Order: sequence, then C-alpha cells, then structure tokens
Amino acid sequence: MPRTLRNTKYVILLFLILTTLLASPAFAQGSNPPTDDEVNAIAKQLYCPVCENTPLDVCPTQACAQWRDLIRLMLSQGKGEAEIKQYFVDNYGARVLNEPPRSGLNWLAYLVPPLAILAGAFIVFRALRAWKKPATASPALQSEADAPADDYVARLEEEVRKRN
Amino acid sequence: MTEMNEAAPRRAVPLWAQIFVFAALIGLLALVGVTLNKRQQGTVQPGDQIPDFSMPLFSGYEYEGKSEVRFADLRGKVTVINFWASWCKPCEQEAAELQEAWEYYEPTGAVVFLGADYVDTEPEARVYLKKFGITFANGPDMGTRVSQLFRIKGVPETYFIDKRGVLRYVQVGPFLSVTDIQKQIDSLLAE
Repeated sequence: MPRTLRNTKYVILLFLILTTLLASPAFAQGSNPPTDDEVNAIAKQLYCPVCENTPLDVCPTQACAQWRDLIRLMLSQGKGEAEIKQYFVDNYGARVLNEPPRSGLNWLAYLVPPLAILAGAFIVFRALRAWKKPATASPALQSEADAPADDYVARLEEEVRKRN
Repeated sequence: MTEMNEAAPRRAVPLWAQIFVFAALIGLLALVGVTLNKRQQGTVQPGDQIPDFSMPLFSGYEYEGKSEVRFADLRGKVTVINFWASWCKPCEQEAAELQEAWEYYEPTGAVVFLGADYVDTEPEARVYLKKFGITFANGPDMGTRVSQLFRIKGVPETYFIDKRGVLRYVQVGPFLSVTDIQKQIDSLLAE
C-alpha cells in the first residue's frame, strides 16, 4: 500500500472518530427527554392560579398537568429555567411565582416579616431586662423596708421575746 | 412600701419612633383592608362602564384581520365576552351554543363575540377551539389582565356589553341553550 494512501486512511479515520466524539453529546442531549425531576424542579417554583396555594408540581388539576407538559416541552426545546418562569409570568401573571418579584408593594412581603421579628425581639429583650434587674432601692429606703411593717408586729415580736 | 416599687427611670422609646411605628401599622392595616375589599367586590356589575382594554388574538381567530382587539374599537356594537379554558369541563357545555349564536348574529355585523382564554396553554386551547368548531375572535388572557379587569370568579363567565360600553348582564356558569344567549343579545340590539 502506498504511503500517501495509508496516511489518507488515517486522516479519514481520525476525522470520523473526532466527529463521532464531538457529535455524541449533542445527540444525547437532543434525544433524552427532560426527566420528571427536571420538570418538577421548575414546577415547584410556580403556583397554580386556578386552585390557589397549590404548587404546580403537586397540583392534581388538568390545567396544572398541561402546564407541566408545557414546561417539559420548553425544556426539550433547550429553554432555561429563567426563560420558562418568565413565560409563565407573561402569560398568567406574577401571582404564579412562589416568590413575588422584588418590586413595588411586593417589597412589603420581604421587609415586614423580618422587621416585625426584630421589633418583637426588641420588646422581649427590654421586658426580660426589666424583669431580671429590678430597680434597686436606696440604702435608707432598704433599711426602712427591713423594719417591721407596723407597730402591731413590733409589739408582737417584743412579747414573744419576753416570754422566751 | 410604695417607695420600693419605684423603678429607676428607664429610657423611653423616642416619640418619633413611636409615631413611625404606629403610622406604619396603620398603613399596613389600610393596605390589607383595601386588598380584602377589592377581593370581595365580586365581578363587575351590570350598569358599570367597562374601561378600555386590549387583548391579543390567536392566529386564525383574529378580529377583522387584526391580531389584537381594542375594546374601544367595539363601541357601537353589542359585545359578548366569554371567559373559558380548555381544562374547564363546564365551558364545553356551552361552546357549541356560543358558536351557534355567533353564526346567527355574524351576518348582521351588529354583534361581536370575543373569547378570552383564561390561564391556558395555546396547544390545548387550539384543540378545544377546533373540537367545537369555534370561529369567533379568540385570544389568550395574557397575564390575566382582562379577567382581573372583569374580576371574574371562575370560568365560564360571559359578559354582555351594550353599544355604549356599559355592562348589562353577567352569566356565571354555562349557558344551557342558545335561546338564553339570544334573549340577552336581542334585548340589547333592540335599544
């Protein structure tokens, strides 16, 4: 076999191996449909607007089943999580998101709970401090406080002492 | 004894902070009140003027060749807006009746039927429209803007609006016969 022909064969073989190696991941990605876990990873971040307060991944209605199918379809088309979520917001409104977008009055949902907790903690802290450290009275007042409450008690104690 | 209870003077919360906290609480309560009130209002009521809105339309279901319909352009005609969804079984009960009514009034040019597809997916919506042979203008209620405008409580709901853009009748739930639909439209056409 002439040397040039052998070299050409090697080049063709190398080309075939390389193209197979490079093409195979793309083929695998295109042929494998998205798994239920991949679909549910996005679905659980969305809520069914028909039956309120039900995440899309566990919602049993036909509408939610259709939306999960739509997520699957969009994933198979190569669309990303952010893109899919944006599609749902555009079509069904921001209320489908499990976290309201950080804009406008929605900020209240993020700010009020931590502020309320902080305020509550401050109130509890002040109350505890007041209970732990009762106000110390002046020595004069203290000795006065140690004294018998009234004359009757003083006389009673005196009588007891005398009898003993 | 009374002297013993006299605590050492404690630092009071500044007045400005107290005012701020109370104002914030009142503001929050007012916001909650307004939101709750809005939610309990129910659908728009007969006699209400319907504000202008626009809605995109599905390809093949355009209004006078336009891919978007503006409510203001429908003035002078009786408008029937039907909220539906492909996943809604009761909607199927009235789909054929609505189409029959549309076919009856379409030649007159005095009535507009508009279908608003509520929280649905387009492929299933198209299957539904094809299944019931619906030909009147239909489109997705993008972002549920139109349904929020009408404050719908579910699907199906149908709104009959007179030539001046005033809501005249609301049908909650499906129509059971085409006669019921015609009765509403005829009374508005007669005005």
